Amino acid sequence: MTPTKSLHSRRQFFRKVKSDVMVGLTVLATVVAVAPLFLVLGYLISKGAASVNWNFFTKMPAPVGQPGGGMANAIVGTFELVGLACLFGVPIGVAAGIYLAENRGGVLAQAIRFSADVMMGVPTIVVGIFCYAIVVRPFGGFSTLAGAIALAVIMIPLVTRTAEEMILLVPHELREAALALGVPRWRTSLLIVARTAASGIATGVILAIARVAGETAPLLFTAFGNRFWSTSLFQPISSLTMQVYTYAISPFADWQRQAWAGALVLTVIVLALEFGVRWLTRGAAQVAR
Amino acid sequence: MADNKMSTRDLRAYFHKVEALHGVTLGFAANRVTAIIGPSGCGKSTLVRCLNRMHEVVPGASCTGQVLLDGEDIYAPAVDPVQVRRRVGMVFQKPTPFPTMSIEDNVAAGLKLNGIAVSRAERDRIVEESLRRAALWDEVKDRLKRPGASLSGGQQQRLCVARALAVEPEVLLMDEPCSALDPISTARIEELLLELKENFTIIIVTHNMQQAARCSDFTAFMYAGDLIEFGETRQIFTTPARRETEDYITGRFG
Repeated sequence: MTPTKSLHSRRQFFRKVKSDVMVGLTVLATVVAVAPLFLVLGYLISKGAASVNWNFFTKMPAPVGQPGGGMANAIVGTFELVGLACLFGVPIGVAAGIYLAENRGGVLAQAIRFSADVMMGVPTIVVGIFCYAIVVRPFGGFSTLAGAIALAVIMIPLVTRTAEEMILLVPHELREAALALGVPRWRTSLLIVARTAASGIATGVILAIARVAGETAPLLFTAFGNRFWSTSLFQPISSLTMQVYTYAISPFADWQRQAWAGALVLTVIVLALEFGVRWLTRGAAQVAR
Repeated sequence: MADNKMSTRDLRAYFHKVEALHGVTLGFAANRVTAIIGPSGCGKSTLVRCLNRMHEVVPGASCTGQVLLDGEDIYAPAVDPVQVRRRVGMVFQKPTPFPTMSIEDNVAAGLKLNGIAVSRAERDRIVEESLRRAALWDEVKDRLKRPGASLSGGQQQRLCVARALAVEPEVLLMDEPCSALDPISTARIEELLLELKENFTIIIVTHNMQQAARCSDFTAFMYAGDLIEFGETRQIFTTPARRETEDYITGRFG
């Protein structure tokens, strides 16, 4: 064996060892990163699955000390709060996103983009206090409306920024093609550019929904929670998150079991939304409609 | 020379402060194909984009001078660029079917997006006629509801031609319409030009000198933002008056 050849093969050997070590480390890091997700899910299922039954979805909370009951009011409350929040937040967020994408360099656009980025970093409990001050106090009480506004305030910057990013992904040529057909700019922006970005914008909206559906802190100051059935906009309302919070810190074993069930149901709702996004974007990636 | 459908007078185009066209004066004969040739970056595309006011869509872009359409200056203050673009259609380098629309919706896009209400039958008639004019009807008549993006590149480009024709323009600008196409699709587009000039005035930018020689009646040669020579295509390609033109068409530079 010539010296050069042995050097060559030794270098090969160390290269392979280094490569294997690095691959091993990245696999390990991935496992460490993903493991908590499965641990949380597994733990939730093991603790909560037994208490998830038909009554859980259809029955009202039982009085203290009485076994059974469910979280029907909280499930309906979550959907009502999130639905209303979308009603307020999605149009504003999408419109702002279109504005940002259309006027990228403008002073106002830069100011809006900066505030949206700052708002995304604001702790949600601060949003709750803010809505307590501007909605709950002036209107004389906790309400569904106040809770929905708090959630909308959290949603708006998320939707705005994803809508902007998605619109900027639309090829410039499409916009020019529409303008060259004699289509006015505003129609081009709405009917071609925003329409082409629609599935991406929908993805952003669903992710924002998943995000606010799991919020507790801002609701404590606004929707407050309610042990009774209410769908009124002007009365306090419960949500899964607040019900889980109340039950989890209670001393009653039955309530604690129900808190696990509530946590599981909430997680499944959020996961379903996330999978919905995957499905939606996969459909869009094939061929648009 | 035949009547000019469009003409430019001392047209200068700018990107911010940089002058990209140094005063071009040129006429485009009605119902003829005029080719604009020249090396990359010489201002060919900028020139045609000035002809339907698409130049100003680019941030920082502006132009001075006159562009006349049937004797009227399209840059006069009272003129709406949207109206200009309806009379002067454009086909771009890359095919740009609208991805959210079917083949027929793409063709009718100019009508629909402009809020022009037409009956179902009228719309179908316009779609068919435009697709026939763009020599695409026979290939797509059985799948008008399929997405426009499902067509091949050459078909997509003809779809874009059909879309531009559906709004009944008077002039059709084509900015290197074949540069992304294979030779067979290119040949289809070239045949198409000969048919279309019966009804439209066509101005085509091309990198391909054979293409200009094959399908145009007049040719303008541009270099570095200047119009070097303009004349009948046969004359430009056989007995060019300027040395630069001869060097370019014989492939000595560019």
